[in-house]
Amino acid sequence: MIAFFILSPFVVALLFGWLVGRYPVTARILAVWPALLTAVLATELGSVLSTGSRIVDVAWAPSLGLSLSFNLDGLGLLFSLLITSVGTLVVLYASQYLAGHPHAGRFYASLFAFMGAMLGIALSDNILTLFIFWELTGFTSFLLIGFEHERDDARSAALQALIVTGAGGLALLAAGVLLFDVSGSTSLSVMAPGGSVAAHPFYPVIASLVLLAAFTKSAQVPFHFWLPNAMAAPTPVSAYLHSATMVKAGIYLVARMTPILGGTALWATAVTSVGVVTMVVGAYRSLQETDLKRILAYSTVSALGLLMMLLGIGSTEAIAAALVYLVAHAGYKGALFLIAGAIDHETGVRDITMLRGLRRAMPMTAVAGGIAALSMAGVPLTLGFIAKDGAYEALLHGGDWSRWLLILTVTSSMLLGAAGLLAGWLPFRGAPLQPEAHEPGWQLWIPPLMLAAAGVLIGVAPSLLNAPLSSAAASILNTPSTMTLAVWHGVTPALILSLLTLLGAGLTYAMRDAIRKWAWRPAHGTERIYTGSVAVLDATSRLIAPLLHSASLRSYVMVIVATTLAVGGAALVTAPRLSTFIPETSVRIHEVLVVVVIIAGALGAAFAKSTMAAVLSLGVVGYGVATTFLIYGAPDLAMTQFSVETLTVLIYVLVFRHFRNLGALSPPLVRLRDAFMAVGIGTFIGGLVLLVSRTETAPRLREYFAEFGPTLGHGRNIVNVILVDFRGFDTMGEITVLATAAIGVRALMHMSGPVPAIVESPEAQPSTSPIFRTAARFLLPLLLLFSLFLLLRGHNEPGGGFVAGLVAAAAFALYQVAHGVARARRALLVNPLKLIGAGLLIALVSGIPATLLGQPFMTAQWALGDIPIGTPAMFDIGVFLVVAGVVLMMIFSLAEEP
Amino acid sequence: MELLLALAAGVLYAAGIYLMLRRRLAQLIIGLGLLSNGTNLLIFTAGGLTRGHPPVVPAGADGLVPPYADPVPQALVLTAIVIGFGLLAFLLVLAHRVHATVGTDDIDELGRER
Repeated sequence: MIAFFILSPFVVALLFGWLVGRYPVTARILAVWPALLTAVLATELGSVLSTGSRIVDVAWAPSLGLSLSFNLDGLGLLFSLLITSVGTLVVLYASQYLAGHPHAGRFYASLFAFMGAMLGIALSDNILTLFIFWELTGFTSFLLIGFEHERDDARSAALQALIVTGAGGLALLAAGVLLFDVSGSTSLSVMAPGGSVAAHPFYPVIASLVLLAAFTKSAQVPFHFWLPNAMAAPTPVSAYLHSATMVKAGIYLVARMTPILGGTALWATAVTSVGVVTMVVGAYRSLQETDLKRILAYSTVSALGLLMMLLGIGSTEAIAAALVYLVAHAGYKGALFLIAGAIDHETGVRDITMLRGLRRAMPMTAVAGGIAALSMAGVPLTLGFIAKDGAYEALLHGGDWSRWLLILTVTSSMLLGAAGLLAGWLPFRGAPLQPEAHEPGWQLWIPPLMLAAAGVLIGVAPSLLNAPLSSAAASILNTPSTMTLAVWHGVTPALILSLLTLLGAGLTYAMRDAIRKWAWRPAHGTERIYTGSVAVLDATSRLIAPLLHSASLRSYVMVIVATTLAVGGAALVTAPRLSTFIPETSVRIHEVLVVVVIIAGALGAAFAKSTMAAVLSLGVVGYGVATTFLIYGAPDLAMTQFSVETLTVLIYVLVFRHFRNLGALSPPLVRLRDAFMAVGIGTFIGGLVLLVSRTETAPRLREYFAEFGPTLGHGRNIVNVILVDFRGFDTMGEITVLATAAIGVRALMHMSGPVPAIVESPEAQPSTSPIFRTAARFLLPLLLLFSLFLLLRGHNEPGGGFVAGLVAAAAFALYQVAHGVARARRALLVNPLKLIGAGLLIALVSGIPATLLGQPFMTAQWALGDIPIGTPAMFDIGVFLVVAGVVLMMIFSLAEEP
Repeated sequence: MELLLALAAGVLYAAGIYLMLRRRLAQLIIGLGLLSNGTNLLIFTAGGLTRGHPPVVPAGADGLVPPYADPVPQALVLTAIVIGFGLLAFLLVLAHRVHATVGTDDIDELGRER
C-alpha cells in the first residue's frame, strides 16, 4: 500500500495533466494529493521512529532480479517529507501563478512526475532503480526548465541542465554496475553494513563516479553554472526543484552512500574540498547579481556547498548540523523563491535595483520575506540560527584544518545573510517605485508565509526535530544517534561567531552597491568548458555525419553488401564443413526444371526493360519458389505463396501503370561494378545455404512440436498449431504489423485529402467482357466458400487463417477487376478497415480467457468434445479477418486512384 | 538438390541486390521482392529438405513418423511470406505517392534540392 502512495505521483501526473488541460479550474485542488502523501509519509515516519526502518518490496521484473524495493528509514522519509510538504505548497502556489496559462496541464503533469521520481530517489533501496528515478528527475527538470519552450534561453538552459546532470547520471549507472560487481547486491541496505567496498581495488573508481553524479546534480563547482541558468524555469519550479528538492539529490546521494563508501581519506577530502569551494564561490557570486532569482540561485549553490562540506567532515556533529541546515534551507530558500515569484508576478520586475517599497502594496508577502530573510541570516529564534550554530559547533571541534574551514564558513555565511536580506528585505523597503502593485491572491503569499513561519516555529521549539533527525543521522552514520537541539546553549564560541556573522551580514548588506561595483568579477567561468565541449562535439559531428549519412539509399546498400561480404565471407571461407559438402537429397528432373525457371525469372526481372516484364518475371520466381515448397512437404507455404503471388501481381499492375520505362540510368561501368557486387553476394548466400543445410541441428524443436501438436494443440497440421497456439503471441505481433502497413497505405493514399467519391452510376458497366463479369459473379461465393473451408480445416489439414484470408481477398479482388471498386466495396458490405479492427479485436479477445484463469495471456483453452473447440480457432478467425481486410484495403485504395 | 537450391537462392539475391542498386524506384521494389523470395528459400532449405512428407499427422494416427518435413522453418516462412507481401504493398504505394508528388522515379533526383 505504501508503495502505491510512493509511485502515485506518476499516475496522478497523467490524470492531473489531462484534467487541468480540460478543466483549468481543477488546478486549485491538486495540492490535496501531495498533502495526503505528506500525511501518509508522516504516519510512516512515526512508525519508523517507534519500530525501526523497514523495506517494502514490489516485484517488477523478477526474472531480471529487478524489484522496486523501498527502504523506509529516517533519512529517506526525511527527504520524502520535504518533497511532499514543499510540493504541496508549490502546487498550491502554482495554481495561482499559472492560472490561465494555456499549457498549465503540461506543467502539472511534469511537476507531479518529478515529485514521483524524487520520492523514488529518496526511498529506493535498489541502486539501479535509484538510477532510473535519478534520470527521471533530470528529464522532468528538463521539461520544466524548458516549460516556456518558445524562449531561446529557456531551451538552452534546459538542455544544459540535462546534459550536465545527465552525464552525472551515467556516472551513477556505472557506479551502480561496479557496486553490484563488487558487493554482489544491488540493495543499498545490504551493502551498507559490509564496509568491504572501501578495501576493493575498484573503490577509487566507484567513489569518483558516485561523487561525479552527486556534484553535477547538486551544482557543485565546477558544474555549478547550470543552476543559475535554470532560473529560466517558472518560479514555482525554481523554488521546488532548484532549491528545495532536486538539487539536494546530490546531497542525499552522498549521505546515503556514506555508510558504503565513506570513512576514507579520498571521500572526506573530495567531498569537503569541493563543498567548501562551492560554498565560497556561490556566496561571492550571489552578491554580484541584481536579478532576484539569480541571487537566490547562487546562494543556493553556496548552501549546497556548505551541506557537502559538512557531509565530508562526517563527524556526528557535522552530520547533525547538515541535517538541520538542510531542513532550514528548504524552508527559507523555498519561501524567498516564492516571494521573488510573487513580486515578479505583481510587478513584472525582478531587478533589485528597481524594486522598492513593496511593503505597503504587498504586506503579507513582505512579512513572509522578512521572516525568511531573518532565518537565512541566522537571527536567533529562527531555525537558520540553530543550523548555523550547529555548523560552527562542528567546525570548532574538528581537526587543525577545520579552523580554515570555519573562517571560510563564517565569511560565506555573512555574504549569504546579506543575499537573503537583498531578496527578502530590500524590495519592501523605502519609497514605493511600483505604486500600481498590489497584494496577490492568497495562494501566492500563504505558501511562502507558511514556509517562513515554520522556520520560526521550529526555531523556537527545535526539539520537534530531535527524533526524525536522529533517525536520519543514524542512517548516515550507521549507528544509533541521539540529537538534542536547543535554542540556548549559553555563551559559547559558536554563539559569538553567530553574532559576528549577523554583524557582517548587516555590514555587507549596507555596502551592497559598492561590493557589486568594485568586487572582482571573473570574465569567464567554468561554463566555458561546457560550451567549448559542446561546440567541439557539434563541429565533429558536422564533419563526420555527411560521411556516414550520405542520404543515398544505394550507397547504404553498398555499405551493407560490402560489410556482409567482408565479414560473412571471411567466416564462410574459414568454416570447415564447406569443403566436405556432399549433396544429401537426390535430384529429380522436374525439380531441376523448377530451379531453372526460378533462375530464369530472376535474371529476367534483373534485365527487364519494361515494368510489365519485370513484374511477370517476379511472378514466375514466386510460382517457382511455391512449387519448391510443394515438392518438399510444405503445402501450407505453397498455398500461401501462390495466393500472395497472384495478389502481388495485381497490386503491381495497379501501381506500375505509372512507371513504364525501366531503361538504364547508370553508366555501363557502374552497372558492371554493381553486377560484380551482386554476384559476390549471390555466391556468399549460396555458400551460406550449403553450409547451414549441412549443419546438423538438434531435432528437439521439431520433435517437440510433432509430439505435442496433436495432444496439447488438438491439431494435426503442426505448422498451423505452431502459428495459432504455440507461438500465437508472435502471430499476434505479425498481424499487427500487417494492419499497420495497411493503415500506412491508407494514410498515403489519402494524403492529399479524402479520395473523391467515384462517380459511377450503378447502370454503367465497366469495360470488361461480359463473360468475365458473369464468371466473377459466380466465382465470388464459390471462392468465399472455399476460403471458409480452408479456415475451418486449417488446424488439421493444410490451410488456416493466413491462406484463407488471402483467398477471400482474392475473391473480392477478382470481383473488383470485373465490376469496378464501387461494386466490389458494396459486395463486401463493410469497410476493410472494420474487418482489420474486428480481426485484431477477436485475436486479442481470444487471449483473455487464459488471463481470467490466471494463466499467461493467450494460453490456449479448450472445450473438448467430439470436435475440440478452443481459443486458437477464434484466434485463427481473427488472423483470417485481418489478412483479408489488409489485402482488400490495399487493393481498393490503389484501384480508386485515378 | 541442396546445391541447386543454393544456386537458386544465390541468383535471387544477386539479381535482387543488383536491382536495389539501380536508380529507378520500380527496380528497387522488384529487387526487394526477389530478395524476400531468396530469403524464404534460404530459410526453407537451411531447415533441411524432406521430400513429400508434410508435417501433418494423418487422421487416426497418434503422431508423426519420420521422415517428415520440419514444421519450424515452415511456420517462420509462412509469416514471412505474408509480412513480405504487406511490406511490398506499402512500398509500392509509397513509391506511387512519391512519383505522383515529385514527378520522377529516379532515386538520385529525389535527393536533390528542388
